[in-house]
Amino acid sequence: MMQNNVNNTNYVSEFRQDFAIIANWVKFGSKVLDLGCGDGELLQYLRNSLEVKGYGVEKDDANWLACMQNGSNVIQMDLEDGLSGFEDQSFDTVILSQTLQAMHHTEEIVQEMLRVGREVIVTFPNFGYWRNRLQILTGNMPVSKTLPYQWFDTPNVHLCTIHDFDQFCKNHNITVLERRVITDAQAVEFMPNLLGNLAMYRLKASS
Amino acid sequence: MLENNSVGIVVAQCAHFDTPLTLKSGAVLPAFDLTYETYGTLNHDKSNAVLICHALSGTHHVAGKYSENDKYPGWWDNLVGPNKPLDTNKFFVIGVNNLGGCHGSTGSASVNPVTGKPWGSTFPIVTVEDWVNSQARLLDFLGIPTLAAVIGGSLGGMQALQWTLAFPNRVRHALVIASAPNLTAQNMAFNEVARQAIITDPEFHDGDYYAHNTVPRRGLRIARMLGHITYLSDDAMGAKFGRKLKSNIQYSFDAEFEMESYLRYQGDKFAGEFDANTYLRMTRALDYYDPALPFNGDLTSALKQAKAQFLVVSFTSDWRFSPARSREIVKALLDNELTVSYAEVTAAHGHDAFLMPDAHYHNILRTYLSNIEIGGNDAK
Repeated sequence: MMQNNVNNTNYVSEFRQDFAIIANWVKFGSKVLDLGCGDGELLQYLRNSLEVKGYGVEKDDANWLACMQNGSNVIQMDLEDGLSGFEDQSFDTVILSQTLQAMHHTEEIVQEMLRVGREVIVTFPNFGYWRNRLQILTGNMPVSKTLPYQWFDTPNVHLCTIHDFDQFCKNHNITVLERRVITDAQAVEFMPNLLGNLAMYRLKASS
Repeated sequence: MLENNSVGIVVAQCAHFDTPLTLKSGAVLPAFDLTYETYGTLNHDKSNAVLICHALSGTHHVAGKYSENDKYPGWWDNLVGPNKPLDTNKFFVIGVNNLGGCHGSTGSASVNPVTGKPWGSTFPIVTVEDWVNSQARLLDFLGIPTLAAVIGGSLGGMQALQWTLAFPNRVRHALVIASAPNLTAQNMAFNEVARQAIITDPEFHDGDYYAHNTVPRRGLRIARMLGHITYLSDDAMGAKFGRKLKSNIQYSFDAEFEMESYLRYQGDKFAGEFDANTYLRMTRALDYYDPALPFNGDLTSALKQAKAQFLVVSFTSDWRFSPARSREIVKALLDNELTVSYAEVTAAHGHDAFLMPDAHYHNILRTYLSNIEIGGNDAK
């Protein structure tokens, strides 16, 4: 029996709940690289609110065009190939927003981001969120607003929990400058790995 | 018949320049002509001009036809016209035949006023830098202080790039398509074979074949055949011709495969209308262009003086000007914190793709060009 309460066919990219927090972590007028920038919505938001000098990286033709239509600079390339087109420490902030879980070369892209950016922002859906756990307990792969795909058509290949990512940072000698966990745009302080839907990290390479 | 969104019937014009032009080689051209065409209307504050730079065999005849009975329109007619990606309702578009060309601008086949004979072998070797300098003279002549954009594919892309280096304050946008910051050894090698085909043709006469009332047709034909192979991808040639025979195998060296017919046809056509000395000089300009050379090969330093905003486009199946070469340009622009977008278009046609009306490719150009702001009375 299907247990999904969310009709994923109606999922649209409404104002993403992580944008405001990301904007808080980005400095006014700074230089920003948004990896997997989609249609450029975040870049446009940061440009309008913080006058950043922004560049997007996007592989998909339709998204690339949408970016250009909204006036964003966009470089067409595959993140799985790394960031060799970008110099060390050449950006104030490199952002990977809700894309980490769809990357095959997870370790490589995080290392590359830390190489290119003085700071790095990574956000991802927390697989440890109780609703995901509940769906698994009832025998189904989770489908929700932040995980809007069926098991057979999901681009997500490396889902993780907040605990997993904390451990990842520790093992890879990455400094976590700040961590925010939210559910429906509300901050989650208590038991974030269980009650948090979306995890947001501000990182830098450990010196 | 003219299609609805054609620029219509066009007329080529000629501008004469009397101020000597010092070339990169040190040679001085005392005077020269540039043949050009324009489409659309220059607005009041002269802010809507777009210059199109042509590639190896291109001309000033970019769009439209010379008469209703003309079989073919200009070489980039699919791009330029009312409501086309490069919209002549918005922009004033200029096509120019490069110096050293053979379509009206001063070149080897032109008469040297000093001798009263064709320049022939004595016409100097011109470079991408020289072309851009001469094009700037044309802008002066037309009263255009600044280009809204310069656009070019292949060798034309090199000119677009050079515009941003030579005249950073006279160009707001550069569209560099299927191009490279210099040629690789392999790419130059193709040029060398093409030139050797021409130079070793007995009719070449050291470049002074005009005096002998002949042309090195065979050499030029082979040069063009070679070029055509490199402009197509293996897949595109396979799809177009495969191993198709015209009839049965004849056990001869005639054009038995359709691919052979195509190459011979293209070679013959080209040899009948293009000047061999121009071909030699165009390939040499390609070889010599290397803006990073004075900077010990550091392209980032070379592009430091650029101020324009850039769109760089490459095509996945283009092996003569591969995406990797475009990415070098993009990296150098990013290193200089310039405004740049880069599209890598999935296309099967190889280098020729930049001239094809692929829907996504044209959407890219249309979107970029429609974002360009122009003042005056022609705001979109």
